[in-house]
Amino acid sequence: MLNPISLAFKKAKQENRAALLTYTVAGDSSKKQSLDILNSISKNADILELGVPHNTPVADGSQIQTSAYRAIKNGIKMNDIFKIVKDFKKLNKSKPIILMGYFNMIFQYGENKFLSKCKSAGVNGLIVVDLPWPENKNFAKKCKKKSIYFIQLLSPTTSEQRLKKIIRDSHPMNYFISMLSTTGGKLKVSPNEILKNYTKIKKIDPKKEIVIGFGITEKTIGKLKSADGLVVGSAICKEISKSLRHRQNPVTNVSKLVKKLKSKIL
Amino acid sequence: MRIKKKIPLIDQANKLGFWGGKFGGNFVPETLKKPIDDLENLFNKLKKDKKFIGERDKYFKNWVGAPTRFIKLKNLTNHVGGAQIWSKVVSDANGGAHKIYNATVHCLLAKRSGKKFIIGDTGAGYAGKMLSMAAKKFGLKCKIFMGAKDIARQQPNVKAIKKNGAEVIPVYSGSQTLVDAVSECMRYWVANCDTTAMCVGSTVGPAVFVRICGWSTSQISRELKVQLIDVFGSIPKKLKLYNCVGGGSSSFGFWNEFMDYDKKQCEFIGVEAGGPAKSKKHAAPLTYGSKIGILHGAAQYVNQDLDGQIEETESISAGLDYPGISPLHCFLKDTKRARYTAASDEDALSAYKTVTKFEKLRPSLEPSHAFSVAIKEAKKLTKDTIVVVNSCGDAYKDREILIKRLGKKYVEPN
Repeated sequence: MLNPISLAFKKAKQENRAALLTYTVAGDSSKKQSLDILNSISKNADILELGVPHNTPVADGSQIQTSAYRAIKNGIKMNDIFKIVKDFKKLNKSKPIILMGYFNMIFQYGENKFLSKCKSAGVNGLIVVDLPWPENKNFAKKCKKKSIYFIQLLSPTTSEQRLKKIIRDSHPMNYFISMLSTTGGKLKVSPNEILKNYTKIKKIDPKKEIVIGFGITEKTIGKLKSADGLVVGSAICKEISKSLRHRQNPVTNVSKLVKKLKSKIL
Repeated sequence: MRIKKKIPLIDQANKLGFWGGKFGGNFVPETLKKPIDDLENLFNKLKKDKKFIGERDKYFKNWVGAPTRFIKLKNLTNHVGGAQIWSKVVSDANGGAHKIYNATVHCLLAKRSGKKFIIGDTGAGYAGKMLSMAAKKFGLKCKIFMGAKDIARQQPNVKAIKKNGAEVIPVYSGSQTLVDAVSECMRYWVANCDTTAMCVGSTVGPAVFVRICGWSTSQISRELKVQLIDVFGSIPKKLKLYNCVGGGSSSFGFWNEFMDYDKKQCEFIGVEAGGPAKSKKHAAPLTYGSKIGILHGAAQYVNQDLDGQIEETESISAGLDYPGISPLHCFLKDTKRARYTAASDEDALSAYKTVTKFEKLRPSLEPSHAFSVAIKEAKKLTKDTIVVVNSCGDAYKDREILIKRLGKKYVEPN
């Protein structure tokens, strides 16, 4: 059976559009609410990234940090995150879920136990921000055995030679970081420049799906819609923070935002 | 797990940057892989380059002020009774602490790589102060990341950083101390690594930063070795080297040249920050058996909960207030080459009182932790044992804390 992540890309291609990937932090602002958000945005998002909050994140900007600290403060634990995924999958069996986080959380859980839990909860892919290639080779192999995609990150600083090696070892989906930035930075390079880099990467192995993330908002997403997929994270976390501040319902507001994002890439 | 002889410890990591196969490494976002590789290549080349070493030594001698004094604390020795207590007064160095060595080397490297900006983290403010001094000296623009809590408690150093023309960036996330300053500094580097060099303020972070810092602070033990031979004719038969350990840069530098001696001859004692006596929080991952985890790009023993969230620390000494510890020290602990213990806030204050009562030496709260253990152990040792404490920082920066905790009479007038 094909991994639901690949099916999601296939479906988007049939509809002649980029896949929309969302990122929210597990447990933000509560366990229940983050599950409600996933359920409600799954109508418009093709793939759902669920952040595993960590309190010393070295690659996240202020929006995701705020969400992560909020979730940790509200008591989210690793096992709660698996439960959220499991509960989500009960209602949305074929909707792909990717967990994204930092390696220490996996390391403490135990790599093998972590992957077994992922498998039984229904996780389809993993992004580990601070486990780059070649350090991730062994772990990526373990993921493959469980039919979980290990998603490699590629950056504007990744050399041509390194790109080739990473892509050669990679699973069907990779993640291109649009610019030198933490998550949620202002887009400091033009969409054309980003797409130029994207095309360069795509040419190495056209069969591999490449999504673009970092700095993508309502304003910029339309200009990048020729990519295989686009990830929006900080803009969503910001919407949650804003809703809480204004005592509005984050679930409806985030849902509206995701719908709008989707409309820009159709 | 074994230490190899005749190879500098900083060069004993494997290809992926792990000491003993499990401490250190490069757990970094993809974006940092290239700047780290570039820095690694540059450092590996320059550390073998005689011209570069000459340049380093010139600045260490004429600008940092080498060698720093090695003195006998006669009154303290008489008071304690037991081993001879000596001190390597590293706080003599320009700026008042050992952080100047690493800062100087990072600025020299930044110049070689053509970078115009340099950033750094700081806890007690010394790493920041020294980096701002060196940046000014070498014409680099400098930003220092510092936790808001540390900014409040280490004002003299904050003022010095600003006076040197550097920008102080307050960090409000998490516990607002060193751990958050390092995270924020790394985040800034992720976004600006094309134009900016990063200096990690201790022997922590991705492997190359551990190596550069250890290489730089080893100046301390190079000097000490010469001074010991000058005074005693040879390396003493019973030598004990006491040093406080936060990230571990001064202790590593204080011990490095003695690594190959048998530990029965040259024993290393690292003193971590035990925190307030009544608190469960501490900054002593080695002493209290913290589990191995990943912090700031490296695998190390680190205070954390079962899930892997990094735990808040607590210590009177901002410079030791760090939940992790250098991979080099994890390696030294597991190979049993060094012994680690902790002193509480109260122990450190009491040692500060004792030292300043008997000697014209004013160790900051960080080395006061080391003095506390050295004094306790020296009592039980014989007269032919040479105890040396690295007085790696000056208490001027701790004025306000000392006035608050001990009263004005323990602080020299401004």
